[in-house]
Amino acid sequence: MKTRKERNMKNFKRIIAVALVGILSLSAGCAATQKEAAPENSVPPVTESASPSAAQSTPASDVTVRVALGSEPDNLDPMLSAATDTAAVMMNVYEGLMGFDQKGDFIPAIAQSYTAAPDGLSYTFTLKKGVKFHDGKDCTAKDVKYTYEKLAGLTGEKPLNSTLSQELVKVETPDDYTVVLTLKQRDAGFMSKTILSIEEEGYADNSTKPIGTGPYKFVEYIQGQKIVLEKNENYSTIAERKPTIGKVEFVIMTDENAKLMALKSGNLDIAGVSAPNAAALGDDFSIVQGPQNMVQVLALNNAVKPLDNLKVRQAINYAVNKDEIIGAVVDGKGTKVESFLSPSMATYYNDNIAAYKTDIEKAKSLLKEAGYEKGFDLTITVPSNYQTHIDTAQVIKDQLAQVGINVNIQLIEWAQWLDGVYTKRDYQSTIIGHSGKLDPQDFLNRFTSTYDKNYFNFTNPDYDKLVTEAAATTDISQRAALYKQCQQFLVDQAASVFIQDPHIIFAVSKKLDGLQIYPVTFFNMSDIHVKS
Amino acid sequence: MIKKAGRNTNFKVGAILLCLFLILLILSLICTPYDPNKMNTQAKFQPPSFQHLLGTDNFGRDIFSRVMKGAQTVCFVGFTSVAIGLAAGFILGAVSGYLGGPADEVIMRLMDAQMAFPGIILALVLITLIGPGSVSTALALGVTAVPRFCRITRACFMQIKELDYIKAAKSRGASVPRLIACHILPNMLSPLIVTATLAFSTAILAEAGLSYLGLGIQPPQPSWGKMLFEAQAYLLTNPWYAFIPGCMITLTVLGFNLLGDGLRDLTDTKTL
Repeated sequence: MKTRKERNMKNFKRIIAVALVGILSLSAGCAATQKEAAPENSVPPVTESASPSAAQSTPASDVTVRVALGSEPDNLDPMLSAATDTAAVMMNVYEGLMGFDQKGDFIPAIAQSYTAAPDGLSYTFTLKKGVKFHDGKDCTAKDVKYTYEKLAGLTGEKPLNSTLSQELVKVETPDDYTVVLTLKQRDAGFMSKTILSIEEEGYADNSTKPIGTGPYKFVEYIQGQKIVLEKNENYSTIAERKPTIGKVEFVIMTDENAKLMALKSGNLDIAGVSAPNAAALGDDFSIVQGPQNMVQVLALNNAVKPLDNLKVRQAINYAVNKDEIIGAVVDGKGTKVESFLSPSMATYYNDNIAAYKTDIEKAKSLLKEAGYEKGFDLTITVPSNYQTHIDTAQVIKDQLAQVGINVNIQLIEWAQWLDGVYTKRDYQSTIIGHSGKLDPQDFLNRFTSTYDKNYFNFTNPDYDKLVTEAAATTDISQRAALYKQCQQFLVDQAASVFIQDPHIIFAVSKKLDGLQIYPVTFFNMSDIHVKS
Repeated sequence: MIKKAGRNTNFKVGAILLCLFLILLILSLICTPYDPNKMNTQAKFQPPSFQHLLGTDNFGRDIFSRVMKGAQTVCFVGFTSVAIGLAAGFILGAVSGYLGGPADEVIMRLMDAQMAFPGIILALVLITLIGPGSVSTALALGVTAVPRFCRITRACFMQIKELDYIKAAKSRGASVPRLIACHILPNMLSPLIVTATLAFSTAILAEAGLSYLGLGIQPPQPSWGKMLFEAQAYLLTNPWYAFIPGCMITLTVLGFNLLGDGLRDLTDTKTL
């Protein structure tokens, strides 16, 4: 009897202890929020008075900027690396023949100019003089030849870039500053291969001690921790990319909460954050956001009933309210798209599309015409690792219910999605984001009947013809006109529901300025400067 | 018994917590203040107020209604999985414990093999095979609970079947079903009930975990684990959202655990 009483007492004490811990942690939470709230009133004047003096005492060249990097680099050698994040960093160290700007247009980098042959089968690049690698050697035509031959496997070794290996026939160097690249067939998309990093001929240590021509020099890489770059004083390739920040540390940090803590404690200056957290960071950071060259799409399987009916697809397009999705799912931090191209590809993006405006009545009458007056069941298969897509599915379920379409959301694992939906096309509809590089072909080609991953099952010979024609057109304005037609075509056919380009969001310390967002993930540190 | 129960703190606290849970559950069956899945994107993240007792979530859905509806999910998954585990475990355990010999060996080695896998991993594999959803979650968790019940049943059978009164009943010609139903089962009810209560709390936690991973209950059907996961993204901006499902899971699991502990104390014949 006594023992049980004792045990009860002990258990009771345990409960009390747990409750106390709970209360303590709660009050700690409150204290923390109070602490956070306090600096809003007191800090801004302090930093304002402090930062000019700091800027006077420490010039930008002595400043170290810390940027969060979402993943461990796969390989520091751009030829061997496939990871987007790694390229985003190493593009500060290396440069290609051409570079690209915020609109996705090509700008001269190592090459001063280029001309495409009238038949479109060869490109002649004239290189800038005086471009130097970080070890002091001149960058000349033989380095370009070395790089492209190695990438395309023309030296007899295994090719490192599969597209180039299929396209590139030969590389010629008439003189030290001229390079001629010859292609197997016409491909206007070849220009997106001219941004590939040029490496120094015969230098084999790019994986451990990278040497390029870029505005920043590689200093060190500590696995699991950081990549350190420093300013290249002798940089001259692109005048407007002359660096001002002395030292940059890319800190490898995967956890969102860890990033936020580091930002708040001053251990990070720039970090990508989620939409709700961007709002939470408040006044201490400036928020830079913009489209990231991604299109979030409610993909409809055009080959299954009832989605094979154009009217049904149009009805779904009329019923989905994209503005509401953007407001609810990404807190308004997204750009609405009407077709399968992101507005970040400014040159090719058709901003004048005749699109579907949300209209429930119109949707209902279209369904009636198609013979689905009472609606139907629609399964949306969503990969379970993308919360944005899951949230979008929930909003769409709510919206489609208004026209009588009963949505059933099915979450599956990413591997299953890749296999079942993307490869085997065994699905009704799904929500996913497609991201592009610098060529609009990467997007619009996905709806051609010959594309092996056309999981939309969209087949239309007229569309195929349009895309093929665009791909072979080297004149940029003609090409853009054709791609704009392609975009309108997909809308007319209601090939799927194109929702938004969810923004990429960066929190930037108030002492820095100038961060730009590019259509390809690129932390261009030359853009960044210390606020004066 | 009632007097004893009154003195047992574990039992009292557990019973109170579970009564609260049951009240919530019964209310949710009658009605919820709002449609738990109705979105109102104009009114997202409203703080708790008289209009929305626990505020609204990232889609403007009423959190209190979702918590209530979530109680049904918890209850369904908990009861179904315990029922499956108990039924299968009891039959296997009874065969194993009553017959002994090779049947016992085979069944127990199978159970050992299953126990070699951590429960949650096994449930993950099963859900991947049969597809997600509340029924498959309950099924998967039920299967993982089988060895636990099987072992308890077997141990009780082995202990009880050697007792004199069983031998007496046997020698009087009682049939095996009668022997089990009238003589063995009543003597092993208490350990079974205690195990069932504890298995129930394990199932709630596991369901929350699976839903958190996106493999349990499918959206927009409310589940506390899923709500906790969704709230995580808004931990900095709207901390109370995560606090609510977290509290619900903690209190319910604590309730079942305390009740289980209390029941064990109350029915434990040895300490008397």
